[in-house]
Parts: sequence; structure tokens; C-alpha cells
Amino acid sequence: MATEEKDIKKKPAQNPVETERTRSRKVFLPKVDIYETKDSIVLIADMPGVDENHVDMTLEKNILTINGQVEPQGFPGYGAAYAEYDVGDYQRAFTISDEVDRDRIDARVKNGVLRVTLHKAEQVKARKIAIKAE
Amino acid sequence: MFGPGVWRFGRIADPVTDMQRLQREMNRLFSGASELYGHDFPPVNVWRGEDGVIVTAEAPGIDPEKVDISVVGDSLTLSGVRERDVLKEGESYHRQERKQGRFTRTLQMPFHVESGKVEAKYEKGVLRITLPRAEADKPRKIKIKTE
Repeated sequence: MATEEKDIKKKPAQNPVETERTRSRKVFLPKVDIYETKDSIVLIADMPGVDENHVDMTLEKNILTINGQVEPQGFPGYGAAYAEYDVGDYQRAFTISDEVDRDRIDARVKNGVLRVTLHKAEQVKARKIAIKAE
Repeated sequence: MFGPGVWRFGRIADPVTDMQRLQREMNRLFSGASELYGHDFPPVNVWRGEDGVIVTAEAPGIDPEKVDISVVGDSLTLSGVRERDVLKEGESYHRQERKQGRFTRTLQMPFHVESGKVEAKYEKGVLRITLPRAEADKPRKIKIKTE
């Protein structure tokens, strides 16, 4: 394992506003990695149990919200004997800066991992100013 | 009980180990090194039935081809790797919360496993392993004869 150990236990999510969900299911904060490249920002979220039909993303003003729904599974004839993780939905919201092009956000889900690419707007990319020598 | 290494379930809760666990938890909270003794990856849930056990593990983003599941006697070992994105020059992380790298976990079952009949499925980032109990290990019903 890498040098630093990370706590892999899922943390319960806090709703950003004082609202209640209609579904009485547990909600967790997915763990994310976010990195920035020259022309995009990449967000990777661990959402085990979620497929492409059960995830949705909304962008309102500058808040990007990720929602994932997980169907709890049971096995007939089997009883829970031991548990290290809990099953529930995922929710997390991020504020997005103005440099992100609102119309060019790609999202893919594979093996329970959501990968969102937020492309930077053209004018932001061209902001670099060349300095000439006299 | 939950340290790295062999772990077993199916035991009746022992008050002494419960106390020890509590003590360890408290030490962890106050030492500030809570991240060091994080739970093992991947976290597992265990379901027990009459003919065997189902183990589910939340392991998102792994290549199922590269996961190694081995069963010897009554122990199940899961190992594999979670690859991280390789960053090019000039790219940097804003945050990095996901656990990555190699992982190995060994779980001890309460019975010998019929290793030829173990089934594993990986779907939506969740690994599911069905471990049937070995025929020779099953409890035998003994009939009581009456004279």
C-alpha cells in the first residue's frame, strides 16, 4: 500500500441545506480524487454499487452535485453474519470555479467508479501571457 | 481481531476482546494516528447460510482480471491492485481521498471450503464470492436407534 494509510470507512454525508430526503435510506459521502490538468479538471468518485442508470449529476449555478442510488441486496437463505460496510446512497456537492466550461462536462461510470471531466473554458486556457525580452 | 492478518468470524462475542477493542479504539482516537490503523481494504460483509457463506467486498475501480482469489482449507485470500491515474508534468491533485495500491486480505471461514465450487462475480465495483461448505466438513446427522 502507498505510504499514507487512508481510512476507508465511509463517512455519513451532511446535507448542504436543511432538507430531508423522501427516501429513508442512509447516505454516504463518496471518496473522491480531484486533479487538474492543463485543460481540464478530473473528478473521480468511488461509488460501489452504482451503475450508469443510478447516478445523476446536476449543475446549478456553480454547484455540481453528484447523486448515486444503490439498491441494497439480500441473499435468500443467507443471514448477515458480519459487516464492515453499510449500503446506502451517495451524495456530494462541489463548488465549481468559473473557469469550467458549463457545456462540456463528461461523466462515465465503470466498476463503481464515477469519472467526471470538467473541461476548462477556452478563454481561460488562453490566459497565459508571453513576456518578451527587451 | 480486526488487525491485518487472519481474521475469523462466527465466534460468540467475548467480553474481554470487546474491552480490548474499545481500549484500542480509544487509544486510536487520542493518539491522533487514527489513519494508521484504518480498516483493511476492501471492506467485507459476510452472509451465512446453511450450505456456505457469501462474502461481498466493496472494491470499486479494480480490474477483475487482476484480482486474485485463493482458497486454501478454510481461508480465503483476496489480493489485487487499484491503479492510480498517472499524472503528467504540470498536473496536480486538489484532493486525494481514495485508497490505492496493492491490497491483500485473508479471511478465515468457520468451515472448510469446497474450493472447486467457489464462485466469484464482480459487478458495479462490488465483488461477490460464494463459498460452499465442503461436503466432508458438513455436520452429520446421527440417528438414534431405539431398541
